[in-house]
Amino acid sequence: MTLEILSYGFMQRAIISGIAIAILCSVVGLFMVLRRYSLFGDAIAHSSFGGIAVGMLVGIYPLWTAYAVSLVSALIITRIRYRLKISGDASVAVLLSSGIAIGLVLISISGGFTIDIFSFLFGSILLVSTNDTILILVLTGIILVVILLLYRQLLYSTFNEEQAKVSGIPVEKINYLIVFLAGVVVVTSIQLVGILLISALFVIPNITAIMYGKGFKQTALLSIGFAVFSVVVGILASYVLDITPSGTIVLVSLAIFGISIGIKSLGKLPITKSLKH
Amino acid sequence: MYLKAIEINDLTVEYPEVKALDKVSFSINQGDFLGIIGPNGAGKSTLFSCMLGILTKYKGTIRFFGEDIRKSRNYLKLIGYVPQKPVFENNFPATVKEIVRMQLTNNSDRQLIDKVLQQVWMHELGNRRIGDLSIGQQQRVFIAKALVHNPKILILDEPVTGVDIQSSEIFYSILRDLNEKQNITIIWSSHDMDAVHKLANKVACLNRTLFFHGISAEFFENEDLVKQYSEASMQQHMHSHEIH
Repeated sequence: MTLEILSYGFMQRAIISGIAIAILCSVVGLFMVLRRYSLFGDAIAHSSFGGIAVGMLVGIYPLWTAYAVSLVSALIITRIRYRLKISGDASVAVLLSSGIAIGLVLISISGGFTIDIFSFLFGSILLVSTNDTILILVLTGIILVVILLLYRQLLYSTFNEEQAKVSGIPVEKINYLIVFLAGVVVVTSIQLVGILLISALFVIPNITAIMYGKGFKQTALLSIGFAVFSVVVGILASYVLDITPSGTIVLVSLAIFGISIGIKSLGKLPITKSLKH
Repeated sequence: MYLKAIEINDLTVEYPEVKALDKVSFSINQGDFLGIIGPNGAGKSTLFSCMLGILTKYKGTIRFFGEDIRKSRNYLKLIGYVPQKPVFENNFPATVKEIVRMQLTNNSDRQLIDKVLQQVWMHELGNRRIGDLSIGQQQRVFIAKALVHNPKILILDEPVTGVDIQSSEIFYSILRDLNEKQNITIIWSSHDMDAVHKLANKVACLNRTLFFHGISAEFFENEDLVKQYSEASMQQHMHSHEIH
């Protein structure tokens, strides 16, 4: 049965794209979670809703306008945050609500909700085209290379901004970069789990991995493992059970998280303080 | 060879309601072990922020090995910095070795990392998660991190705050070795006058202005000077509380 499913072209594209997106969300999400930007992914995803509405209204492929609107708003909100010293959660709230508000108004102007809008809200990984798959793979490659090249700067400024600054790292530029990368990853991932569930892929595999990993690289690899497992099992299970892939993927990752908490409370894991904070 | 490691001239920092530093001038020779003492709010951290390029709105000049730090940030390569209590997420998933490696700009040299961890007696805990260590052990890791790129100057901002007495003694012994055996210039702020007396060859008494700067023994063996400084510090301390 499984092998037969894997012979379908749409399933191959879904799994390949899903694995690439899982890797991206884990790696970029780990930096975001450790910077206490966990909900920033959610906020960018919601602002992309406005971008999608713009695309639908003017007749451009909605994902392109989603990239443009999300990235611009993420960078603007980061700038405002620096200038006005607004707290992280408040800036997330501004970005999140403004994206949805703009999107709702534009969608009502363009004639209301359509099937296309729902596919962006809840994901449509089984409908990913060959071109989409190629785009996802290229973006994955570029983002991973950027992260590998700037690994020390990203890690150091995530660990402690002041010490990173004293070591000559351009912390503000690195902060803009990570927000920019998160924006690209979020919009790319919309096809997998949709706007409403994107932050789950950013956060859940990472907080699960933090419970186990001693070092950063080990934690990142564990997170990738959990995310890839969730995506592959989620896609296959959703097809077999005829249920939505996005929700199934998130539920699988939640199950891994729940099992980890259970194991931890049974004392089979080294005690970590991660969940107490 | 330029012998003056640091020269500070007329350093003045003004915040909206208070002058944090007022025309502070002193110099530090290479190989000196300078203890900076002063009450809370005396301007010690402000002084370090200026020296480390974190705070740039100041009047006066700061020179490292003759170079004005406003002109280039290259001097930062010569400095190792250990903050009072590094702020980081307690569950941050990084091992001791990964923390030390962050300081290296080129690819990591395992032997170099092992060597500095050995210097601070932390080599056996290299694979432990940083958040699982005691505060004293964490501070030794941050010394190792500050040393791994082979700095000429080590700046420490009240590094043993919250550290137990035994760990503090280990810490002081490491600092003494670094200064005496490796000729690393050390600038260290502390509330602990006894420790400064024992370790530092020079002392600077800061209380927004510079009350005294010179040879440590000259200060600590002059009871009148110590008394005057203590009284001035107490007045300053009470004044700060009134403002707040």
